[in-house]
Amino acid sequence: MDRKVIFKGRALPMLLLLPQLAVTLVFFIWPAAMAVWQSLLQQDAFGLSTEFVGLDNFAEVVADPAWRGAAANTAVFASSVAVLALGVALFLAVQADKAIRGQRFYRTMLIWPYAVAPAISAVLWLFLFHPSIGLIGRALNAAGVMWDYQLNGNQAMLLVIIASAWKQVSYNFIFFLAGLQGIPKSVLEAAAIDGARPLRRFWTVVFPLLSPTTFFLLVVNLVYAFFDTFGVIHALTRGGPGKATETLIYKVYVDGVDNLNLGSSAAQSVLLMLFVIALTMVQFRFVERRVHY
Amino acid sequence: MEDAVLARRAMARQRRGRWLAHAALALGVLVFAFPIWITLVGSTHDAATIGRGDVPLLPGSHALENFATAWGEGGGRTHTTPAAGMLLNSAIMALLIAGGKIAISLLSAYAVVFFRFPLRMAAFWTIFITLMLPVEVRIIPTYQVIVNLDLFNSFTGLTLPLIASATATLLFRQFFLTIPDEYVEAAQIDGAGPLRFFRDILLPLSVTNIAALGVILFIYGWNQYLWPLLIINDRSMETIVVGLAKMIGSGDTQNEWNTIMATAVLAMAPPVLVVVVLQRWFIKGLTETEK
Repeated sequence: MDRKVIFKGRALPMLLLLPQLAVTLVFFIWPAAMAVWQSLLQQDAFGLSTEFVGLDNFAEVVADPAWRGAAANTAVFASSVAVLALGVALFLAVQADKAIRGQRFYRTMLIWPYAVAPAISAVLWLFLFHPSIGLIGRALNAAGVMWDYQLNGNQAMLLVIIASAWKQVSYNFIFFLAGLQGIPKSVLEAAAIDGARPLRRFWTVVFPLLSPTTFFLLVVNLVYAFFDTFGVIHALTRGGPGKATETLIYKVYVDGVDNLNLGSSAAQSVLLMLFVIALTMVQFRFVERRVHY
Repeated sequence: MEDAVLARRAMARQRRGRWLAHAALALGVLVFAFPIWITLVGSTHDAATIGRGDVPLLPGSHALENFATAWGEGGGRTHTTPAAGMLLNSAIMALLIAGGKIAISLLSAYAVVFFRFPLRMAAFWTIFITLMLPVEVRIIPTYQVIVNLDLFNSFTGLTLPLIASATATLLFRQFFLTIPDEYVEAAQIDGAGPLRFFRDILLPLSVTNIAALGVILFIYGWNQYLWPLLIINDRSMETIVVGLAKMIGSGDTQNEWNTIMATAVLAMAPPVLVVVVLQRWFIKGLTETEK
C-alpha cells in the first residue's frame, strides 16, 4: 500500500529516518548480531583469550540439565499464566457483556491492574502471601497448610503465576469484551430461538466466533509470560527456592550478569530470539489472514 | 399459549442470568482490588502491627507519618532511597521514553509514507525487525554497547536504547496512509514545503493517535524493570519500581513494611491514575497498537 501523491526530495526523508535508524542499528541490530557472534565463541575463565567454538555453546546449553530445568519451568509457568489469565478474563468479559448496566464501572475496576508494573504486582502479592506478615500466608499456616513460598518450590511457582496472571487479566478482558460486543445480536437471537440454552449457545456460537481474538491473545500472553515477567520473578523469588522458579529469561540474566558466562548466556539469548521470531511470524501471518477474512 | 410461556421463561432466565453476571463481576472486582486494598491499609499502620502479622482489614492512623517517611527518607534495612527522588527519576524516564518513541516514530513514518527514496523498504523492515528483539534477549551485548559509549548511570543510557519503536511507527504509518491526497495537493498548490505540511497539517491531525499512544507508552516507560536494574547503580538515579523491589530484599519479616507499602502505593499511583483518568485514550491506544 503506497500513497499516490508524495513530496519530492531524497535527502530530507533520509534525514527524518536517521534518529530511528541510528537507535535501531546501535541498540538493536548490533547487539543482536553481537549475541549471535558471542554465542559462537568461548572465553576462558579469566577472560584472557577467546576462541571460536562453532555451535558448541548451543550443544552445551541444550544438554545442560539446568537449562532443561529452566525450559520445563518456563513451559509450566507460561502455559499456566496464559490459561489462567485468558480463562478468568473470558469469564468476566462474558459476564460484563451480559450485565447491561454498570458495564463502564466494571470495566474501570477491572482494567487498572494493567498499569501496575510486573515487579510491583509481585510486591502486592508478597504482602498477601508472606508466611509471617501476609494475611493469606498466615491464614494458610493457621489452617495447617505448611505455607512458605521461600522454602517450597511449588508454592513459589504458584505465587509467581498468580502475580503474573493477575496483571494480564485486564488486558485480555478489554479485548474479549470488545470481541463479544462485535458479535451481531441477530446471531445470538437466532441461536436462542432455536432453543439453545445459554451455556450451549456460548460454546457452539460465541466461542468459535471469538477464536481469532483468543488466538491473538494467546500469542500476546505467551510473549508476556516469557519476557515481561522477569520483574515478577526477580522481585519475588530470584528464581528460587533452589531453581524452582528459574525461567529461561531469568537464566540468561543470571548466567550473563551474575556468573559472567557470556558464551552460554549469548547462546541462550539466541535461542530465545528464534522463539520470539517464530511467535511474531505466526502472529503476523495470522493477522494478515484475518484481514482478508 | 405455549409461546407465551416459553417467552416468559426465557425472560426470567435472562433476568436471573443478569443477576448472576453482576454477582460474578462484583466478586471479580473484589478479588482484583484486594491486593491493592491490603497494601493501602498496610500503608496506614505502624511497622509493629504489620510485623506481628496482624494486618487489619481497615485503615489505621499512621498514614501521614508512613507516607512522610517513604517520601522523604525511604524504608528498608539494606536499601533506603527517598521515594520523592525515585518518583522524579521514574517520571523523567517515562516521559523521555514516551516522548522519544513518539517523536522519532512520527518522523520515520512520515518519511516512509510521503517520500520515495532508495532503500525505503529496507529502512522500513529494519525498524520492523525490532519487534522481534526485546531487550530481554539481548541483555549482555546491549549492556556492553552502553558501557562502551560511556552511557552507564545516565538518563541517556537509560532511555535512548528503549525509544526505537516499530509499533509506534507502524501505527503512524497506517494513519498517514488514510490521509486524503487532496490535503497534500492543496498544500503543494499553496506552496507549502514538506516540513510545513508536517507541522501545520499532519501533526494536528495526529493528536488523537499521539494521545492514545502516549498513555500506553508512559505506562511502558514507568514500569521498566530489567533495563534500569542493569544501567543504574547510582542511588540518586534509582527509579521507583526497581527501588521498591530492592527495599523488599529477600522479604525479611523485620523489614519496615509500613514504609515499603507506602512506597508501593506511591509507585503505582501515577500509572494507575493515568489509566483510570485517561481511560478512553488508554483503550484506544491499546486496541490500535496491537493490531
